[in-house]
Amino acid sequence: MTNLAVSIKSLHKIFNQGSNNQVHALKDIDLDIAPNEFVSLIGPSGCGKSTLLRVVGDLVSSSSGQVLVNNKSAHQARLDRDYGMVFQSATLYDWRTVAKNVQLPLELMNYAKDKKEARTREMLKLVELQDFHNHYPWQLSGGMQQRVSIARALAFEPSILLMDEPFGALDEMTRERLNLELLSIWEKTKTTVIFVTHSITEAVFLSTRVIVMSARPGRITQDITIDLPQPRNTDTRENVRFFQLETQVREALRESERMSV
Amino acid sequence: MSDTMERYLAPVIILVIILIAWEGLVATLQIEQFLLPRPTIILSNLFQVVHLSPADTTATDEELQNALKGNQLVVTIPAKASPHLTEALTSAAIIRLPWFNSSLLLLQGKNLSPILQAAWYTLKEALGGFIIGCGAGIVVALVTSRWVGTREALMPFAIAANSMPIIAFAPIANNWFGIDNPFSKMFIVAIMVFFPVMINLVRGLTQVDANSLELMRSYAAGDFEIIRKLRIPNALPYLFNGLKIAAALSMIGAVVGEYFGGPRIALGVFITQEAALFRFSSAWAAIIIACMMGITLYLIIILLERLAMPWHVSFR
Repeated sequence: MTNLAVSIKSLHKIFNQGSNNQVHALKDIDLDIAPNEFVSLIGPSGCGKSTLLRVVGDLVSSSSGQVLVNNKSAHQARLDRDYGMVFQSATLYDWRTVAKNVQLPLELMNYAKDKKEARTREMLKLVELQDFHNHYPWQLSGGMQQRVSIARALAFEPSILLMDEPFGALDEMTRERLNLELLSIWEKTKTTVIFVTHSITEAVFLSTRVIVMSARPGRITQDITIDLPQPRNTDTRENVRFFQLETQVREALRESERMSV
Repeated sequence: MSDTMERYLAPVIILVIILIAWEGLVATLQIEQFLLPRPTIILSNLFQVVHLSPADTTATDEELQNALKGNQLVVTIPAKASPHLTEALTSAAIIRLPWFNSSLLLLQGKNLSPILQAAWYTLKEALGGFIIGCGAGIVVALVTSRWVGTREALMPFAIAANSMPIIAFAPIANNWFGIDNPFSKMFIVAIMVFFPVMINLVRGLTQVDANSLELMRSYAAGDFEIIRKLRIPNALPYLFNGLKIAAALSMIGAVVGEYFGGPRIALGVFITQEAALFRFSSAWAAIIIACMMGITLYLIIILLERLAMPWHVSFR
């Protein structure tokens, strides 16, 4: 048995199957992701990248095909708490303080009190919010809220981090800072990351692989390996290879858009 | 001046202006008392205010006693008063005023006791109905939000029932439970408050942000945990909106229910009787007490709301 974090074979997803407004959201998807990879899904809106992320996370069921996560079904992986989720909106619970939000998964997983608190402190330190334990979400900026949501996703050490345009609603400066922060977290935690984004720069800067998708029906058109040196930093953005890869992804996207029309 | 002071000062000033305008207009337009009594006359049923100024010695003792028996609000008092008058004065609450070395006397108005007695009786009916109706509404909402089929079957009826004039059933309830039985009013109040509480709570339990639900599912959280940690906190603002509506409805239900009959010590019965006997200022005084009880109930709900959800957007 191969040791893959995610293995997807001939996956199809059809919404409203059999009715008039049937949508072929995902068509014949094959994708293997090795542990500790950082894979970005990029494509025009409606290409099914968020749906693919949710099928992997067992939040949306597949119509046909096979999805294995850590060599078991996606459903079993969810029950085993293999997934950390981060959405475009921070999705913090308004009624919980920052610390209590980070503790939410730990409560559900019955962590002991001292372990829960130690883990919360550790996570908030990781996202540099150690001084905000008792703040409520509304007292934080959008970027800070998203950092709390990343801390919450990583608190129970899931093996796979699923991120659905996590920085899409943030301004450019905040986004670049959080990109760097996410990379340093990824290096420390050694999780596998699947990252949905609209931004070519972001995808190239963060990923080890960029999966380019096209719409109607959603399918994978290119699989581009990002061979930029690790660890990445602000200099990476000025690397000639960075521009070449950006251009490659941009052209792939343009081609996939031609295919969808 | 602090923000809170400013926030409360403006409404108080407006209230005072309205009362002065009311008093002035009724007096100058010579509106008949049975149409609209002056606020001072209405309030004199509850308490009387006497202004004392030792410097003024013009009024005789007899004039003063007459003034105290009637509804006259401001009188002055001579240096020496009769023992009878002094007794009346010592049993009253005295408020010292910072000007002219004077003070205010607060005397109990002639209808205060019967009105308060009736108010207490009606308040118990309203509270009883409120607790039964809200309790049932909360239980039914929790049960139906858990089973989607039940909810979809019940909600159309609940929404239809919520727009019915339930108070119209008051004579039926009187017939079922007995006209003097407080439960006949509690029943009407309970039915009236049940629907807004239940409908609002169901809405709050089911209108949950899709990502918040996905998050819970990604943690493989069970239904019960999702209800406890997501649906119920999410529903609190909706629940309190329902409870605020219920607080207002419960006083309406109890008082109007009593208009269709009840024991003589009930507030609604008191109001109808006083009106029938042309004692309108007394009826007005009882209505004002009913209003104040309704407002107080509402304020208690707001206080509980603040305690239950200090995180909410409306308290920032």
